[in-house]
Amino acid sequence: MALPLEKYLRVGKLPHIWCPGCGHGIVTQAIIRAIDESGIDAEKTVVVSGIGCSSRAPGYMNFDTLHTTHGRAIPFATGIKMANPELDVVVITGDGDAAAIGGNHLIHAARRNIGLTVICFNNNIYGMTSGQYSPLTPTGSYASTAPYGMIERPFDLCELVKGAGGSFVARSTAYHTRHLTNVIKDALKYDGFSFVDALSQCPTYFGRRNKLRTPLDMLNWMKDHAVPGASWDKMTPEEKEGKFPIGVLVNKPSKELTKVYDELLAKTAEGGRG
Amino acid sequence: MKEGKPRLLLGNEACVEGAIAAGLKFFAGYPITPSTEIAELCASYLPRVGGKFMQMEDEIASMAAICGASLAGRKSMTATSGPGFSLKQENIGFAVEAEIPCVVVDVQRVGPSTGMPTSAAQGDVMQARWGTHGDHEIVALAPSSVLEAYTLTVAAFNIAEELRTPVILLMDEMVGHLREKVVLPSKSELLVKDRAKPDLPPGQYKPYADYGDPAKVAPLAAFGDGYKYHVTGLTHGEDGFPTNNPELGARQIKRINDKITSRKKDLPQAEELFTDDAEVFVFSYGGTARSAKKAVRDARAKGLKAGLIRPVTIWPFIEEPLLKAKAKKPKAVIVPEMNLGQIILPVKRVMGDACPVVGVNKLGGRYIEPDEILDAIKEAIQSGSAS
Amino acid sequence: MSDSPFEIAVNRKWCKKCGLCIAFCPKDVLESDGEGGPVVKAPSQCIGCLLCEMHCPDFAIIVRRRAEQ
Repeated sequence: MALPLEKYLRVGKLPHIWCPGCGHGIVTQAIIRAIDESGIDAEKTVVVSGIGCSSRAPGYMNFDTLHTTHGRAIPFATGIKMANPELDVVVITGDGDAAAIGGNHLIHAARRNIGLTVICFNNNIYGMTSGQYSPLTPTGSYASTAPYGMIERPFDLCELVKGAGGSFVARSTAYHTRHLTNVIKDALKYDGFSFVDALSQCPTYFGRRNKLRTPLDMLNWMKDHAVPGASWDKMTPEEKEGKFPIGVLVNKPSKELTKVYDELLAKTAEGGRG
Repeated sequence: MKEGKPRLLLGNEACVEGAIAAGLKFFAGYPITPSTEIAELCASYLPRVGGKFMQMEDEIASMAAICGASLAGRKSMTATSGPGFSLKQENIGFAVEAEIPCVVVDVQRVGPSTGMPTSAAQGDVMQARWGTHGDHEIVALAPSSVLEAYTLTVAAFNIAEELRTPVILLMDEMVGHLREKVVLPSKSELLVKDRAKPDLPPGQYKPYADYGDPAKVAPLAAFGDGYKYHVTGLTHGEDGFPTNNPELGARQIKRINDKITSRKKDLPQAEELFTDDAEVFVFSYGGTARSAKKAVRDARAKGLKAGLIRPVTIWPFIEEPLLKAKAKKPKAVIVPEMNLGQIILPVKRVMGDACPVVGVNKLGGRYIEPDEILDAIKEAIQSGSAS
Repeated sequence: MSDSPFEIAVNRKWCKKCGLCIAFCPKDVLESDGEGGPVVKAPSQCIGCLLCEMHCPDFAIIVRRRAEQ
């Protein structure tokens, strides 16, 4: 019996390279399910990624797919969207890819409000290179390059994108699969730059070093620490300590960049100032 | 703009007009002297022809964006200078490996590092060749006049589209900021090549097909055309998917190198002046070749048998004119460059022990004067006669 | 007790035996094959919630309504 979502997968390329219990397959499934449910045209959908474990996802996805350089998926995707605004452009990135080497691109894409859907497979660690700390590694956690515990503070990616002017920002986790699928669906439908912080688990390089011994332990940690956005707003700072909000955190209309550009093209074609 | 009328144009301006004539539809860039006029003019002109300009957050993003736009089917270009060219190398390598047609203009200035932003140099010759990591060939063209800034930009697009590769337009500040009277070719005189599209149905299309003939390059489907194919910077097979198979990997790398070297004869060839009976050859490119041409003419006026070889395609290095010169048993080859000696290295390799290969090098942003080259010609002829 | 209207299929070539499907099943339909991979122990108990399918990192378990066949 065939997986209902099989047409969105390159079945010949499976099984994938990810470790047993890795959350990236769960988030990838949520993305293709969201694409299926949102009814966007697979022939006109491009999936772009950078470098890292997350960035291998497009290779398994049956769309036009582009696996780029480290941190650069967003500017590649920006070029694609500008060249052909009819395309739905989805960016799959990791926390190192998006928040460290690609941090500048992330904030500028949010500022421009270009119509990309960026989904960050956030597992708090560099998995591909075997467990170095990322800008999302919680303070005090252990990583191969933080053998005495992480001494830096992590980013809150949703707050970062919001601060950069992001007008659609959401978060969910690999535990909350239905919820995750729904927020990705909303992100895909949003006409503008949309960002989803999708918490994923790396049992191999984060869990084992941080007393979360199994993939299930890691998913349960997500369940225990996630708070629905509506409840979050009513919590005191003390209550928020160690927790994080999930849901659609920002969703406000804002004119998408390629549409603004089309207006400019219409004006210049009429002989306006150039 | 009327065709056939003489116009006073800046080198950078001619480059933009050439790009638009060649079909440029997407430019992404970042402000940097002395290339900024290219971005400014693209911002102004492109929307009038239905194209788009984007000022990106940095040089790396600009190079990435033009790769993306090219994969979506639009002819794309970026422009920069030394420090920005260094930053772009990462994604120039991606374009080489993923075989993405695009044009990168580098208006060279004095380096290393920030160097002298408004002063001319030719210090990026080797960066153009080896700036990105790994074994690769690159096409780099060096205009030496405003007209050539136009014609070679058109050529750069044609080569990029035909060979599915990034092409470097290696300008220098001298040419970029030179204002000359030019008559641009009319549309009917202009050869503009568009990329080949696949005629096979999806499922049979191999975006990285190996036809056994390196000169034959697979057509490139645009994203959204329904081919649903994969592009990666990882070494890949004919279907575009990564491979760890050593033989397949080696074959892919060899193929993208051979596709450039096998087409040397189709790339813009050197200009030659008085080479038939020359005893001393001046090998000079870009802005410096203007002084070299004057020096060779002055030498002839004095009865000295000097000749000029002006390579237009800098990379891949085309040996032919030097081999012809070598057969004439010359007294010397003089290589003036606004650097400490870069193109002189392959010149020495080709000439071997046949004759002295002498550099005339100048730093600090000052142009090489014709007399400095003329002095070198005189000296070469005298010492050649003495020996 | 009537048969469940759902059926479950496991793709053993893709399954990496992480055990998440077994852990997430609210009705104990699945049990471990001893290595963490799922064995469908009580198919009649399946309520079609898809928690196993959606939590499978390997696209290796599918739940479908029988009527769809």
